[in-house]
Amino acid sequence: MPKRTDIKRVLVIGSGPIVIGQACEFDYSGTQAIKALKSEGLEVILVNSNPATIMTDPELSDRTYVEPLTPEALEKIIEKEKPDAILPTVGGQTALNLAVQLDELGILKKHKVELIGASIPAIKVAEDRLLFRDAMKEIGVIVPESGVAKTLPEALAIVERTGFPAIIRPSFTMGGVGGGIAYNLEEFKEIAGRGLHLSPVHEILVEESVIGWKEFELEVMRDGADNFVVICSIENIDPMGVHTGDSITVAPALTLTDKEYQRMRDWGRRIIRRVGVETGGSNIQFAINPDDGRMIVIEMNPRVSRSSALASKATGFPIAKIAAKLALGYRLDEVPNDITRVTPASFEPTIDYVVVKIPRWNFEKFPQADRTLTTQMKSVGEAMAIGRTFKEAFLKGVRSLELGKEGALFRRPKFEDGDEPPPAPDEEEAALRRKLVIPNDRRMWELFRALDLGWDIEQLHELTNIDPWFLQQFKDMVELRKTAEMIGLRDMSHDLMRTLKRAGFGDKELSDILGVDEAAVREKRQELKLKTAYKRIDTCAAEFESFTPYLYSSFEDTCEADPTDKQKIIILGSGPNRIGQGIEFDYCCCHAVFGFKAEGFETVMINCNPETVSTDYDTADRLYFEPLTFEDVMAVIERERHGNVDVSCVVQFGGQTPLKLALALQEAGVNILGTSPDSIDLAEDRQRFNQLLWDLGIPQPASGTATSKGEARDVAAQVGFPVVVRPSYVLGGRAMAIVYDVATLDRYMAGAVDVSHDRPILIDRFLEHAKEIDVDCVADESGAVVIGGIMEHIEEAGIHSGDSSCVVPPPFLNDRHIATIRDYTRRIAKALKVIGLMNVQYAIKDDTVYVLEVNPRASRTVPYLSKANGQPLAQIAARVMAGKSLSDLGVTDDLSPAGVFVKSPVFPFVRFPGVDTILGPEMKSTGEVMGGAGSFGMAFVKAMLGAGQRLPEQGAVCITVNNEDKGEVLPIAQGLAELGFQIIGTRGTAAYLRAHGVDCSVVFKVNEGRPSLADEIVNRKISMVINTPHGRESFFDDKAVRRAAMMAGVPCITTITGAAAALEAIRALKTEGLDVRALQDYYAAVAASQ
Amino acid sequence: MNAILALEDGTWFQGVSAGAPGHTEGEVVFNTSMSGYQEVLTDPSYAGQIVTMTAPQIGNYGVADTDQESGKPQVAGFVMRDPSPVSSNWRSQGTLRDYLTRHHIVAIGDIDTRALTKKLRSGGVMRGMIATGTVDPAALIDKTRRIAHMEGSDLVKDVTCKVAYDFETSLADAVTEASYGVAPLRRARRPLRVAAYDYGIKTNILRRLAAHGCKVRVFPASTPAAEVLAWKPDGIFLSNGPGDPAAVTYAIDNIKEIAKSDVPTFGICLGHQLMGLALGAKTYKLKFGHRGGNHPVKQLETGAIEITSQNHGFCVDPDSLPSNVKVTHLNLYDGTVEGLRHTDKPIFSVQYHPEASPGPHDADYLFDEFIQEMEK
Repeated sequence: MPKRTDIKRVLVIGSGPIVIGQACEFDYSGTQAIKALKSEGLEVILVNSNPATIMTDPELSDRTYVEPLTPEALEKIIEKEKPDAILPTVGGQTALNLAVQLDELGILKKHKVELIGASIPAIKVAEDRLLFRDAMKEIGVIVPESGVAKTLPEALAIVERTGFPAIIRPSFTMGGVGGGIAYNLEEFKEIAGRGLHLSPVHEILVEESVIGWKEFELEVMRDGADNFVVICSIENIDPMGVHTGDSITVAPALTLTDKEYQRMRDWGRRIIRRVGVETGGSNIQFAINPDDGRMIVIEMNPRVSRSSALASKATGFPIAKIAAKLALGYRLDEVPNDITRVTPASFEPTIDYVVVKIPRWNFEKFPQADRTLTTQMKSVGEAMAIGRTFKEAFLKGVRSLELGKEGALFRRPKFEDGDEPPPAPDEEEAALRRKLVIPNDRRMWELFRALDLGWDIEQLHELTNIDPWFLQQFKDMVELRKTAEMIGLRDMSHDLMRTLKRAGFGDKELSDILGVDEAAVREKRQELKLKTAYKRIDTCAAEFESFTPYLYSSFEDTCEADPTDKQKIIILGSGPNRIGQGIEFDYCCCHAVFGFKAEGFETVMINCNPETVSTDYDTADRLYFEPLTFEDVMAVIERERHGNVDVSCVVQFGGQTPLKLALALQEAGVNILGTSPDSIDLAEDRQRFNQLLWDLGIPQPASGTATSKGEARDVAAQVGFPVVVRPSYVLGGRAMAIVYDVATLDRYMAGAVDVSHDRPILIDRFLEHAKEIDVDCVADESGAVVIGGIMEHIEEAGIHSGDSSCVVPPPFLNDRHIATIRDYTRRIAKALKVIGLMNVQYAIKDDTVYVLEVNPRASRTVPYLSKANGQPLAQIAARVMAGKSLSDLGVTDDLSPAGVFVKSPVFPFVRFPGVDTILGPEMKSTGEVMGGAGSFGMAFVKAMLGAGQRLPEQGAVCITVNNEDKGEVLPIAQGLAELGFQIIGTRGTAAYLRAHGVDCSVVFKVNEGRPSLADEIVNRKISMVINTPHGRESFFDDKAVRRAAMMAGVPCITTITGAAAALEAIRALKTEGLDVRALQDYYAAVAASQ
Repeated sequence: MNAILALEDGTWFQGVSAGAPGHTEGEVVFNTSMSGYQEVLTDPSYAGQIVTMTAPQIGNYGVADTDQESGKPQVAGFVMRDPSPVSSNWRSQGTLRDYLTRHHIVAIGDIDTRALTKKLRSGGVMRGMIATGTVDPAALIDKTRRIAHMEGSDLVKDVTCKVAYDFETSLADAVTEASYGVAPLRRARRPLRVAAYDYGIKTNILRRLAAHGCKVRVFPASTPAAEVLAWKPDGIFLSNGPGDPAAVTYAIDNIKEIAKSDVPTFGICLGHQLMGLALGAKTYKLKFGHRGGNHPVKQLETGAIEITSQNHGFCVDPDSLPSNVKVTHLNLYDGTVEGLRHTDKPIFSVQYHPEASPGPHDADYLFDEFIQEMEK
């Protein structure tokens, strides 16, 4: 069947900001789909509110709308662009839900737009639990006992029948939001109530528990002619009960007999057919009872997913790309397999390696969060590793997580003579037992500890339900560790070293086990002539020749890397996503690739994050799917150097991960392109940096460093409280805090991790109520500097820049300060001899511009600025690093935005009941959105909408602020009253406002009586809350209010500047109304005016 | 214990013994199926071959009697990357290692199976030997060069049954999903008598025929056509089997006789090649064969694509086909012939394995076509 000719313009819906459960895998999928559609000659219109994506690059689509993903915005875009069809299957649950809304609102029909990839009935059958269950029964596929409830009494009636533990799954939510496992009636009421609330259709499924069953997934595809293929099978090592996004998973499935697997495949075919996914990919989840093989189907996603991205990376089969082609009417056999070129896509990849995916959590950022893993996803990222065996892949995966000491699976030896450690005391044993029974983010490490203590497999299987085959593999690793430790490095034979390396042990791990330096292990390994050999991922287990250098390492005999003799640049990626280091850095790495390619270099990517565009084999010329450790990176470099060609390495784009390697790589003789590692170090080294700024005469807050309590007290006494404290070399404000007194400072120092003389705690005077500004710039070898943008934060200093909304151009800065900032930025860049990108954070207090921090590398704001300016900053930086000057590239003037653009953060609090939603110097947001308009107010409205916060146009606003803020909140209250809002205040605030002539009623604080403010929020009496922290005493009160607001979806603004912005936004909303505009139009308008 | 795999081109791989001690010889081939190693081991078509599994983790789920495709392992030797010392599955009756040892199958593990596969892909299948213990690689390589070539040798006579027997139909009765059976599209309207020539028949073919309502009598490969026809079968089935089809001249002669009758005839794999030869076509040896569970095959009539289970080293040459034989199926990987049908007689065959086991069930409809022919 050839391509359909009736579709000329397609609207692709992206997935919006990065949130838990929906991350950069949809940038990967979306980018692939857009490229595929473009290559077929279609015009592509894209809408996605997330600027930190490759898919929103203006060159990619014909029309790019960075607009909120709401039905109103979508209808406006449809009206303007008149697409023939919408592709809703590459933008995650967000896009699918939006498609359903557009249908229900009659927008699709009204504008005669067709959905391609998945039809509304198919989406409904797959997503509506009841329809799905009935459809499955119809085709003889077994589903768990369950019932659908729209109310709590209905839910209670169902659980009576299905029993405990009970699984609660809200309809139409992504990543299991609002779901959970209830073991008793109390828990059931709580979880069911929350689920009913969080489901957009207020519906939940109450399901019989199959906790402990083995869990599998199939990634399947179907074309318009009913041809069906399985792309990949995935086995969850963590059995049923843990969300697949929180499970350690392995591909292919390793513990299924052919009979079991083929039955699963047969069901997969029947399911995709019955659900009615006519073209494209789907993900189907199965559970198998390990005792009798009974199989049931859990759910089906009629779209590309996190698992399909994983499956694409695991097999080399680009699911999203092929899905897009199928949606246009092609059949599987009409699409070629890129990797083999000669064979068609109508086949099932077979793999001759093992892939392991391990989630990465960020619980350290949310100390109050429950670390139990359930059916609701809690991880923020993942690492994937590929090895020739399970062991190799697993250990590579663990080191890809970059967890530092926390990541070590094997204890360091305690006894010189290699004796067994004493058995754990009873208490410890009971604790360990509990940690194994209840799944949590540390379970795998606890499991290794138990194995180390000699617990047997049968016992561990009983506690964890993990398949004994995997437990045996883990046990083998522990045994190997013991053997290695017993023999020691000096006496290690070639055979033992080979066995260890083939089992995936890293040099660093071995050095810990053996109590020696990593360099000693490396030396020994080289002496024993054990070298990394690379193998190709080719979809066909070597049956056909492959043309794509997509590689992974092993310790096999033959290497297939086959490096070229071209001049090449190796780009180090950013590893698994975590809060503070996410998609923005992957975006920068991709642009670095584009930049170096443009300069004629061969590009080599090293990364281990399966969600990303950078790990698409289509992005760089060569892709090594490897952990980002010194050993793994160095091995690639050595291999690529083959033939004495020039190999340079780039560490600037991937965030902290590659930076940490910069010095070691340079010491090993690797040429680091761009800003020198020494300059990077200078910016990080507090003393050197202070000296530099002193020499330049640029003010900075008083500061010092400390490695002990005593030193910290001394520094604090010098600089004066409050102070900002933080460890060196961290990203995302990890463990960063504002400290107001000595006692808290002592506590902080006592609890500080990884402090050493190389890495002291940094202590800076905290500038209260200062205005914060971020600047990104590019500098070239000649010392020319071009400023990419001056971003004014909406929240004041003290809130991590990643958690603060910001805006370009700066609406409230005076020209003098702007000039100072430009001047300082240029001088710092020159002084640091920056070649490439640099980010500077400034604070303005009492008319003085202070430098807070300088990072001579790509920053989180680079993609946002690039979209605002229409200039790919990271790409320009890469070309400059490759030797071009800024004037060669025609970039000589500071860049300016093509409109007003606001960036707003998105938070994961909804997944962490009990966690305070207050912001501080430690970053907590997972993603961001951008809103653009002609005015600040409207841009802010759009950013808020994009972030899921609908600012009210009427109703009651509750104001409760601390004493210091009362004066500043007054004009805001007056403004809101003028716009027709009813003003409510808590006692103190209300008294103040009334005294100043604002008509204001009073509401109880939570600890004052009921109905309290929190009750009124739940009762939907309040449409917005302005709440600044009241200090320690009312901590509980504030927290309850903020959480109630968040759960109810009521905007809760926690800073005065934020409140002022909200006022301006509401004013704009009431006067201007929402409009949409493509990035290309913004840029064209600027070009026309010049 | 150490083990070595040596190839006739002079390459050798050092690994560890993963089955019975001793040495073995055969044609070294690779199979790309990710599951179903026991079905592969027991498929008589692998007689005389040392099979390399490209999937690295083999043996994980152990072995079970119900997963056997014949009474015992049939391969000459077995090659794995990482054999599992344990077995984990509720159906498992033991570990793969014990099974191989018990059946005297010499196997090697812990070698670079991908390097070996690439060698076979580029150099073609080769003669090779596995030997365990302390072995001199040079001597072993030398020996491999003296192994008889597969071309021209009749391996069927070693694997066919000695006397005719009736397949115990009850074995196929429980075709429920719980027992991992596939419900047939339909059962025959009346019990159909199928005479199956056993060139090395896989048990699942018999199960599938029985599941479709056939009473199957299995005949030794050399049974004269007249004797088979005298049993008055509704249909004749030509089974899979090992080796070079052109060497099994008696089978070709018998099929020529059968083709003169109007009894519906269905062939699979070697049966398909023998049918091609009997109808006047030629066969040739593929460079490295098709062995795996993921080959796409296109039905030319409908355009539909099946993902198929494959195991063959020889192939029917489409240019040699007489005008009354049409190609019905093509392999989308390399365009080779995957199915034939006689234009005037109820005779058809496929190169691949509709009975699967191991592999996908996409082609089960062919058994239905066979009963349709018989019911005409």
